Amino acid sequence: MSQGTEGGTGSAAGAGETDSDDEPRRGGRGSMRRSDARAGLTLISPTLVIVIFMVVLPILWTVLLAFQPLSLLSLATTGLLGTDFTLDNFKTVLTESGFVGSLVTTLAYSVLGTASAIGVGLVAALAVRRPFRGRTFVRAAMLLPYVAPVVAATFVWRTMLDPQFGIVNYWGERLFGWDEPIAFLSQRSSEVSVLGLSFSLPTALLSVIAFEAWRSFPFAFLFLMARLQAVPEALEEAARIDGATPSQRFRYVLLPQLLPTIAVLSILRFIWTFNSFDDIYLLTGGGAGTDVVSVRVFNYLTARGDIGLASAQALVLAAILAVLVGVYLRRFAPQEERT
Amino acid sequence: MATEVQERQTQESSAAPESRRLSRDAVEDRVFGVLRRIFIAGFLVVTLFPFYYMGLLSVRSLDEVIQDPGALWVSLSELNLGTYTSVLSSPDSGGQGFLVFMRNSALVAFGTVALTLLVALPGAYAVSRLEFFGRRQVSVLFLAVYLFPSILLAVPLFVAFTRLGQRGSLIGLLVVYVSQIVAVSIYMLRNYFDTIPESIEESAALDGCGRLGIMWRISLPLAMPAIVANGLFVFMIAWNEFLFALLFLVEDRDKWTVSLGLSQLAGSIEIPTTVLMAGSVILTVPIIVIFFASERLLTEGLTAGAEKG
Repeated sequence: MSQGTEGGTGSAAGAGETDSDDEPRRGGRGSMRRSDARAGLTLISPTLVIVIFMVVLPILWTVLLAFQPLSLLSLATTGLLGTDFTLDNFKTVLTESGFVGSLVTTLAYSVLGTASAIGVGLVAALAVRRPFRGRTFVRAAMLLPYVAPVVAATFVWRTMLDPQFGIVNYWGERLFGWDEPIAFLSQRSSEVSVLGLSFSLPTALLSVIAFEAWRSFPFAFLFLMARLQAVPEALEEAARIDGATPSQRFRYVLLPQLLPTIAVLSILRFIWTFNSFDDIYLLTGGGAGTDVVSVRVFNYLTARGDIGLASAQALVLAAILAVLVGVYLRRFAPQEERT
Repeated sequence: MATEVQERQTQESSAAPESRRLSRDAVEDRVFGVLRRIFIAGFLVVTLFPFYYMGLLSVRSLDEVIQDPGALWVSLSELNLGTYTSVLSSPDSGGQGFLVFMRNSALVAFGTVALTLLVALPGAYAVSRLEFFGRRQVSVLFLAVYLFPSILLAVPLFVAFTRLGQRGSLIGLLVVYVSQIVAVSIYMLRNYFDTIPESIEESAALDGCGRLGIMWRISLPLAMPAIVANGLFVFMIAWNEFLFALLFLVEDRDKWTVSLGLSQLAGSIEIPTTVLMAGSVILTVPIIVIFFASERLLTEGLTAGAEKG
């Protein structure tokens, strides 16, 4: 902590300041500390009140809702906390055919979406690493997909991918010789044959994953670039003098430096993609094999008005996420400590 | 650089395997040099083209788009700005009423910025500077809120606001936004407060300034760049937000935000895509402007902080 040393070398006033967490305080400063503690609680309390009433309590309430047979219509007549608790909602959720498939889709979407966003972000960070003319502009331009409004971005993508007058199909047919327009967002799967082998690809799912990569690679790019700038020049120079080629320097010098950042990015992106609702709802509405759990929760909540089932599915989603994140942290946390 | 290495290595040994590696080094250097240019160009096209296409479609007429969907530019004679008047004017006069949506979005976004800063500034100062009971736990709680799935939160909030009969109100939506953003806002502001040297505050304390006086007169003015950047950041989140706007406001067209309005009208067959593209441009341009403004501000703020530290 730089403040500590500053206080020591600075003026006499340094003795009694309230900063450092670790140093024991000297006598006669107790009143300042008490008043600080009071001021601290006062200043933080508006935030705490909002967060507790608008986030913490609602989540606890969801748990109660999930154990009740509750619909939007019967809402007005039931008490705040409810009376008849049952496990029916969870039974329905777990035995229903749709939920498990939806969960698999969610997993595929978030794993592939996270991996491709980070992969693309890494390539982008490496590409603009060295200074060149117009670098500032390129860097800012690459952040645009991430900051642009999701509704506008999905609308443009939908128009571009449209089978009738979308520009992608237009040029695809002319440049790549596609036989017929591809319905990127409304076709569940398509047969593709490469070198005589034919297999089917989940078209719509791959399209939304591509959108996810496009939209969130800037996030990975930003963090990886910051990390790249912090890698000491001497490390690479030494490797270069030892005769390491560019690919070797990346593999043995840069990549180990970037791994902790990549680990953190994977977990953040995974959490967000796993729960993401906007992108898929706006692109496909959850149709054509892109029925992720969050879109399901939304449909149960609004179209069916089944609060109990919606809560139960949301809770199962959160529980699975918590388990996955927990396993990941257990598996990778020791490695991060070493580096 | 590559030639230096070559010289060194040829001096050291002229064995065959060495020279093969040298050539590999030179080849890789050249290949990656070329690849880098290709990738930069590719990234530029991929990230910018959708936005260019958005602008392009917004100034073409629908007939031309259907006749020639692959056109990559528009000639000046075909330029058609009628889409913008059509999308902005009120439904009574045959438009889409985006002016009202913009007003709603602006209300919600500015309200969220004001309220979030009002709540987050004291909170961030407290977390950064003051030792109080439960400070660490509060930080953990905020991180948890930041990472928390909003779809899970959507269920109880939707139910609660329906029950209270407040679901259609812009104020209700505003409070929801503040509760979602305040944690990350505190986190960002706290980082900045941490960079302001404590010694400045000490000298003010020596001069007889109380804790609140220090905060108001010393720390807040010093943190101004960060506060502005944070305010713009909050504005962008609130302006872009979709899920809660959809859940809360969908029933009353007069309360739609721009995001919600565009998403609701995008499904309609009667409204020409070009008109909706004009709506997309209207939705996107404020964000792009703010983004470029705040990017500079943010770096300025950070460098200023570094000089003072």
